[in-house]
Amino acid sequence: MRVALFITCVNDTLYPRTGQAVVRLLERLGCTVDFPVEQTCCGQMHWNTGYGTQIEPLVRRFADTFAGYDAVVTPSGSCGAMIRDNHPKAAARAEDRALADDVAAVVPTVYDLSEFLVDVLGVTDVGAYFPHKVTYHPTCHSMRLMKLGDRPTTLLRNVRGLELLELPGADECCGFGGTFAVKNPDVSAAMGADKVRNAAGTGAEVLCAADNSCLMHLGGMMDRQRTGVRTLHLAEILASTEELPA
Amino acid sequence: MTSRATVLGRIRAALADAPADTAAPLDRTYRRRHTDADNTLPLLVENLRDYRAIVHEVTPDQLPSAIADALRRRGCTRVVVPAGTPETWTADVSGIELLGDTPPLTVDQLAAADGTITGSAVAIAETGTIVLDAGPAQGRRALTLVPDYHLCVVHAADVHASVPDALGHLDPTRPLTWISGPSATSDIELNRVEGVHGPRTLEVLVVRD
Amino acid sequence: MTGTFLGMPPFPEAAHDAVNNAQLRHNLRKATHTIRGKRAAVVDELDDWPQLRAAGKAIKDHTLRHLDRYLIQVEEAVTAAGGHVHWAADADEANRIVTDLVRATGERDVVKVKSMATQEIGLNEALADAGIRAYETDLAELIVQLGDDRPSHILVPAIHRNRSEIREIFLREMAEWGEPAPADLTDEPRVLAEAARRHLRERFLSAKVAVSGANFMVAETGTLVVVESEGNGRMCLTLPETLISVVGIEKVVPTWADLEVFLQLLPRSSTGERMNPYTSTWTGVTPGDGPQDFHLVLLDNGRTHVLADEVGRQTLRCIRCSACLNVCPVYERAGGHAYGSVYPGPIGAILTPQLRGTASALDASLPYASSLCGACYDVCPVAIDIPEVLVHLREQVTEQPGHRAERAAMKAAGWVFADPSRLSRVQRLAGHTRRLIPKRLPGPGAAWTDTRNIPEPPAQSFRDWWAQERGSDGSPRRDDA
Repeated sequence: MRVALFITCVNDTLYPRTGQAVVRLLERLGCTVDFPVEQTCCGQMHWNTGYGTQIEPLVRRFADTFAGYDAVVTPSGSCGAMIRDNHPKAAARAEDRALADDVAAVVPTVYDLSEFLVDVLGVTDVGAYFPHKVTYHPTCHSMRLMKLGDRPTTLLRNVRGLELLELPGADECCGFGGTFAVKNPDVSAAMGADKVRNAAGTGAEVLCAADNSCLMHLGGMMDRQRTGVRTLHLAEILASTEELPA
Repeated sequence: MTSRATVLGRIRAALADAPADTAAPLDRTYRRRHTDADNTLPLLVENLRDYRAIVHEVTPDQLPSAIADALRRRGCTRVVVPAGTPETWTADVSGIELLGDTPPLTVDQLAAADGTITGSAVAIAETGTIVLDAGPAQGRRALTLVPDYHLCVVHAADVHASVPDALGHLDPTRPLTWISGPSATSDIELNRVEGVHGPRTLEVLVVRD
Repeated sequence: MTGTFLGMPPFPEAAHDAVNNAQLRHNLRKATHTIRGKRAAVVDELDDWPQLRAAGKAIKDHTLRHLDRYLIQVEEAVTAAGGHVHWAADADEANRIVTDLVRATGERDVVKVKSMATQEIGLNEALADAGIRAYETDLAELIVQLGDDRPSHILVPAIHRNRSEIREIFLREMAEWGEPAPADLTDEPRVLAEAARRHLRERFLSAKVAVSGANFMVAETGTLVVVESEGNGRMCLTLPETLISVVGIEKVVPTWADLEVFLQLLPRSSTGERMNPYTSTWTGVTPGDGPQDFHLVLLDNGRTHVLADEVGRQTLRCIRCSACLNVCPVYERAGGHAYGSVYPGPIGAILTPQLRGTASALDASLPYASSLCGACYDVCPVAIDIPEVLVHLREQVTEQPGHRAERAAMKAAGWVFADPSRLSRVQRLAGHTRRLIPKRLPGPGAAWTDTRNIPEPPAQSFRDWWAQERGSDGSPRRDDA
C-alpha cells in the first residue's frame, strides 16, 4: 500500500513533531510512508475567510501531488474536511472538467489518521504506551465534518498506561475557528476559556485532539494561564512508546 | 404595476436560472407512526399526563358519573355545554348550571363560567394531543379558551398513533385547535411552566368504547 | 427592520460588552443548556428524524422552486374562503396596509401574537406613528415591551432576562396599563405567568383587532397555522372581530399533508416538546366562530433577493425554530442583541445580511460571527447548511471596500503556498527569527496575544526534517522505526 502523508501547512511549519509521529506510527504498523514534497496547503484559511476564489491553484496542486496513492493520510480533521467537502466545490467553480475529475479521483483516498488506522488498517490497539491522564477534545470539524466518531477515543483507550478522562462539554467548539480567533477575539477567548476550564477540571495532564489548530489556540491560552496542562496531538500519543515517549 | 405583480415578477426572475424541479415525488421515507396499534391508548394517556393533563380512563357506562364527579371535584357552579353534546353526558350532573351557546354566550358570560365540557375530533398518542374541530359537542373555539377549566371527552376510536395518521382524519376547512396539555410557557429561563392564558386545567376522560 | 437596531456597532464590538456581562452570560448559558437537553431528548424519541429532516428540506425546496405558483394558490384559496389577500413588496408597504386596515375598523388598539415578520418590518413603531397602540401578548414579548428592551432570541425574545429581572420589570411597569402586578409578586415562574395572565386578561376580552404572523400557510386549502404555547395566540386568533396576518412569502407549504412533517419537526426543535400546547389552524372566515374579517398580508421585504442567490436561497427553508441559536457557542456568549437584528444567532447571521445587504459595518460583520463549528447545521430541522452560507456571504463581503489589506495578505499567503520552495523559505525564516517574536504582538496580532501565547516556531520544519532524514527520494536513510 502506497501511503502519502499530507502534513498540512500548520503542522509542517509549527508542529513537525506531529508529522514525525505519524511517520513513526505508520511505519511501526508496517506502512511505507511517502512525503510528496510538492505539497503545500489545502486552502482552508482562504476558503473559510471568504477568499475561496483564490484557491484554485492549491486545489490543483493537491490533486496533482497526491494522485496515484492508495491512501493520503492527514493529521488534521479540518484540513481533511476541507479537501473532502470543498475541493470538489472549488473545482466545479473553476469549470475545469479535468480538474474536477482529478479532484474526484483523489478525494476518496484522503483519510484522517484515526480513520486510516481503524477503517483501513483495521487496528484499534496501535501498541502505544503513554502512562498519563489524558482528556480528549473531539474538535468540531473532526466530529461533524469528518465524522470520526469514537475512533480517536477507541484508539486512546487501547494505549497502555493511559487514563482517559471525559471532557465535559466535549462537543462544544473551542473558539478557534481560524480567522474567527482574531476577527472575534472576545467571543473566541470566552469559548476557549470555558474549554480550558473544562479540560483543567478533569485533572488531566494532557489535552489531546486530532487537530493542532485548535490545540494551538487552547495551548496558547493554557500557557498564558499557567494551567500546567499540556497539549498533544493524537498522533504523538499513539506514536509514543516506552523507548520513545511523547 | 401592482405589488402582486412586482413580487411575482421578482420571484420568477430569482428562479430564472434555478435547476428544473425533478418530477419525482418527494422522498417520504419517514415513518407513518412510531408506536404499535395496541400501545396507542396507553401512550396517549402517558403523554397527556407528561404535559400535566389530568386523565381518567372510563367505559361508556361510566362516562356520565365521571363527568359529574369531575365537575363536583372542581367545584364548578356554571359550565358551558356546546351544541350537539349528548344528553347522557350530563345526565348525572346536578346542582350545576349548564350554559348552552345558542344564542352565543358573550365573552363576559364565558369569562364568568367555571369551565367547559367538550368532545373532540381526534387525538394523537405520540404527541399527547387532542384536536377540536368545532364540530358537535365541541362548539366554537372561544368556548374552550376563555373558561379556566376544560373537561374533554376523547373516544378511543378517535385516537391515532401519530401526526401523519391524524391529519388524514381532519378537515382543514374547519377551524382546528390542537391541544397538548394545559396552557404553558417556556419563556422564563426556557423551562416549561403550566398555566398562562388558556385553560390552566385540562382534564381528559378517555372512553374505551 | 426596526429602527431600534439602526446604528448598532459591528458584531465584535457589540459582543465585547456582552461577553463581559456576567449576569447575561449566566442567563444565556442556563437557558440555552436547558433547552439543548430537552430538544435532544425528544428528537432522540424519533428514530426517523433524519428522514423527517430530509422531507422537510425537500418540501421547502420544492415549494421555493415554484413559489409563484403556490402563492397564487394560497391567494385563491384564502379568497374563496372569505379572506382578503394583500401583497407587500417591502416593509413600508406592509406597514401601510396594516395601518389602513386597522384605521378602517376605527380602533386605536390592537393585540398581537408573537410574530417575527411584524418585528422585522417594525410594525409596532409604524402603528404607533399612526396613533395605534400594539400590545404584545406573548409572555416574552410582553417582558421585552414592558422593559422597553429589544428581543434577543427568535423563540424566547426575553431569554437574556432571568426570573428576578422579570419580576422587577413586572412590578415596575405593569401598572401603566392593565392589571398591575401584585405587591407580593415572587420570582416563581408560575407566579410570574399568573401575573401576566391577569395583566392581559381584560385586554384580550375587549380586543376588536388582532395582528398575527403564521408558521405555515397551506396552498391547496388556504389554511394558516399558528403554533404557540400560552393561549395568547388563541385569544388573538379567536376573540377579535378583525384578524390581520402578516406572513413572509416563504411560509407556504403545498399541501395539508405536508404539515405532518413540519408539525413533527418544529415543536421538537424549538421548545423541545413533542407538541406545543396549542396549535391553531384557520381557513378564511368561519361563520359564527372567530374573526369575521380576515386579511392576509403576503410579505416580500427582501425574500425574493434571498431567493435569487443560488447558495443563499436555502435560508428561506427556515421555520424559525431557533434550535440553531440554542446550540450556538457564539450566540451563547455574545447574546442576541449583538447581532443587531430581530434575527439573531446563526440563522440571523445569514438571514439578516441577505435581507438587508452587507453595506453597513454591522451587516458586513455578521457572516464572520461564527467559528464555523457546524453545530447549527446539525440541529437544523430543514438542513440549512448555515456554515456554507456564511462562507458564501464572506466571499461577497470580501469583494467590498475595506478588505484591501486582508485581500493582499491572503494573496501573499496564496503566493507562498503556490510553491513549496517559497513555503520552505518562509518556514526557515520563521525558524531563524523565532527568538525575536515578542510574547505580545502589536496591531491586529494583539487580538491573538491578548489572551493566548503564540506557538514558538520550531527550529526545523517538517519538510526540512524529512529532507534531512529521508533524502529527496523518500526512502528512509536508517531504520528508526
